[in-house]
Amino acid sequence: MTRKQRRLTIIGGSLAVLAVAAALVLNAMRDSIVFFSTPAMVAEKHIEAGKRFRLGGLVQPGSLVRGDNLAVTFSVADGSATLPVSYKGILPDLFREGQGVVAEGALDSSGVFKADTVLAKHDETYMPKEVADALKKQGHWKDDYGAKPDYNAKAAGSQGASRAAQGAPLAEQSAPSVKQGASQVKQGVSQ
Amino acid sequence: MIAEAGHYALVLALALALIQSTLPILGARWRDAALMNVARSTALAQLLFVAASFAALVTLHVTSDFSIVNVFENSHSLKPLIYKITGVWGNHEGSMLLWVSILALFGGLVAAFGNNLPLSLRAHVLAVQAWIASAFYLFILITSNPFLRIANPPIEGRDLNPVLQDIGLAVHPPMLYLGYVGFSISFSFAVAALLEGRIDAAWARWVRPWTLVAWIFLTLGIAMGSYWAYYELGWGGWWFWDPVENASLMPWLAGTALLHSAVVMEKRNALKVWTILLSILTFSLSLLGTFLVRSGVLTSVHAFATDPTRGVFILLILCIFIGGSLTLYAWRASVLKQGGLFAPISREGALVLNNLFLTTACATVFIGTLYPLALEVLTGEKISVGAPFFNLTFAPLFLPLMIAVPFGPLLAWKRGDLLGAAQRLTAAGVAALIAIAVLWAWTRGGSAFAPLAIGLAVFVIAGALSDLAERTGLFRVPFGTALRRARGLPRSTWGTVFAHAGVGVALIGIVCETTWNSEYIGMMKPDDVARIAGYELKLDGVTQRQGPNFREMVAQFTVSLDGQRLSAMTPSKRNFTTRAMSTTEAALLTRGASQLYISLGDTAADGAIAVRIYHKPLVLLIWFGPVLMAFGGMLSLSDRRLRVGAPKPAKLARGLQAAE
Repeated sequence: MTRKQRRLTIIGGSLAVLAVAAALVLNAMRDSIVFFSTPAMVAEKHIEAGKRFRLGGLVQPGSLVRGDNLAVTFSVADGSATLPVSYKGILPDLFREGQGVVAEGALDSSGVFKADTVLAKHDETYMPKEVADALKKQGHWKDDYGAKPDYNAKAAGSQGASRAAQGAPLAEQSAPSVKQGASQVKQGVSQ
Repeated sequence: MIAEAGHYALVLALALALIQSTLPILGARWRDAALMNVARSTALAQLLFVAASFAALVTLHVTSDFSIVNVFENSHSLKPLIYKITGVWGNHEGSMLLWVSILALFGGLVAAFGNNLPLSLRAHVLAVQAWIASAFYLFILITSNPFLRIANPPIEGRDLNPVLQDIGLAVHPPMLYLGYVGFSISFSFAVAALLEGRIDAAWARWVRPWTLVAWIFLTLGIAMGSYWAYYELGWGGWWFWDPVENASLMPWLAGTALLHSAVVMEKRNALKVWTILLSILTFSLSLLGTFLVRSGVLTSVHAFATDPTRGVFILLILCIFIGGSLTLYAWRASVLKQGGLFAPISREGALVLNNLFLTTACATVFIGTLYPLALEVLTGEKISVGAPFFNLTFAPLFLPLMIAVPFGPLLAWKRGDLLGAAQRLTAAGVAALIAIAVLWAWTRGGSAFAPLAIGLAVFVIAGALSDLAERTGLFRVPFGTALRRARGLPRSTWGTVFAHAGVGVALIGIVCETTWNSEYIGMMKPDDVARIAGYELKLDGVTQRQGPNFREMVAQFTVSLDGQRLSAMTPSKRNFTTRAMSTTEAALLTRGASQLYISLGDTAADGAIAVRIYHKPLVLLIWFGPVLMAFGGMLSLSDRRLRVGAPKPAKLARGLQAAE
């Protein structure tokens, strides 16, 4: 076999495998991709029941109700809209009222979001990136969600300070990290 | 004082790296041996200073010096000593310092043991190593200095993220970084070869063991990380197709391909240009992994201590190194001469096939990981790509590869005999068919996929063993002769057998765990009994306990099988007051290769506790497989013929090939 033939064999084989891979990727892209949405976006766009998506926002304080056998319901809010969520299972360690959450599932016919997964990142300043961007966009971003306190600016060492501040009312955001990303969230659900 | 000394040592290391990145190259241009030798001494001195800097940070953490921001944010005086040490790299600044320390270590090793390398090659390699090092020193000094002080030192620190207070942190990041950064050596060799415009036998002899070392550590690091996530996060999952995990899987796939193509290059002097490209890609993917983990651009379950502002700097490093090396490749690769003809059906052909599938699989992971990011930047749409995507793309590409694995070692170099190889694999095929039939009968009505996948795994393992039997003449010659032949086999052959069998073992574990995993979730009160997979788990009671820097609620379970008491299990929920965080400490009971897994949820008002219990059949094989692979790698590494510094006939060959 000459060098040319060998090269053609290899290139032909490679192209065949790559074509198969491309077909697999495109096929998977169509079926297995999940969009992100906030309650306001759900209200704005009509999302059909049964269509899977990720819902992100803050857990509405006072909305958490524990039912029998690990069934829980709570509401997810993003400042302008709320959406009831039902879930069965153990909530992550960091699930708390007033904190950010991302849930994956679908709406049922009565408009309740049935979550099969509630995601959590294990960090006390937990704020899913999608939620942070969406909140920034709507001006409900609290500075200290992710920001590090400046220890040299004020008397340092009061660990309580930054945590206590989280209870403060929603402040107009002034973080320097307002990204263009935030303004793009609104298109998130378009299909 | 210690902090300032550490900082200063780091600045000196940067200065040394800058010298090391320029003078040796000039030396190589001017054929000045003295200048070229500068690389060796600066590389060693750089290692010394970085090690001093790292030691300084460790000292600060161990002595709980809270006047240092890094220590204050990540440590606590009551934290056990082991976590004070591991906490050094449990945060962004410290882990970057560990990264450059390992980089300097590898540079130092090349300098120390590279005496038999051609002088100009060594100078080039160390210079390229120093380019990478300089970029990362600058990154640390400008954006993430671990030695910053606080004006008014607090009395107590904020403690390390409780999830990280685990022995896993002592092992997983250093291993992973040894893997990631280890690939910098093959990268530097590749760039050096492109700069020099030639590539010879000495090159391949050198690159292969270094790639192997990096690959062994990366394999173990990924397996360790997976097991850590499995027992620490409390969901019983071991792989989430999460961006951070994918970031480590991509260099592994490319590195595995590199390992195999380096064999072809060493043995047959073929695939040179491809090997160079793979070296560049593998380290580029390692850099990309560092970028994804450290910049916080992707949402992940494992990303700790992320900061988007630093992302820009790492992105810049990424663009310069990946863009630069690929440009260099496009410009210079044609200078390197092709060599070694082979038929498509041959050992080389099999290895090309391996490379083809591994890199394609790597590309699908790459697309799945970065597509959401690209889409968000371009259109603003936010999507997530999860397990279903990878199951639909990665798995179908891996299956044909698995079928091909046993054939490779049985084919001869240059021109192989596929029919002959198939005949020699008859026994393995029969074993696989029996496994499928037995499983099919046993799990009647269950998933049809699982028996087939396990059959494939059995085929891979049996194929590896038949290769061994073939080589030793087992069953054909007296047992004693076979044993003697087995002892005489090259260690790298044994390495291949173990590594390939490891793939099959891991596949069995993966299939069993995902198919026959059983789960019980519910509220339990004391004296309640949960039944799962034949086991009875009785909740005896719940007690409170005080740990060094946490309080924990411990639940006692008694496990029994067929009325026989087996063991006690004590899952707990820890509450870390300093961070107001709680973690779930799962309890594991190992039975053979299977495990029972209990993790706790919330406590209800009536005293009942939410409990999650899993029975995971053969789950340990998932990690035992990679350990076997790494063991195979070590065997191969210890092969005399491959040993770094082994006397090599290549010295002579180099003179002849220099004209290429």
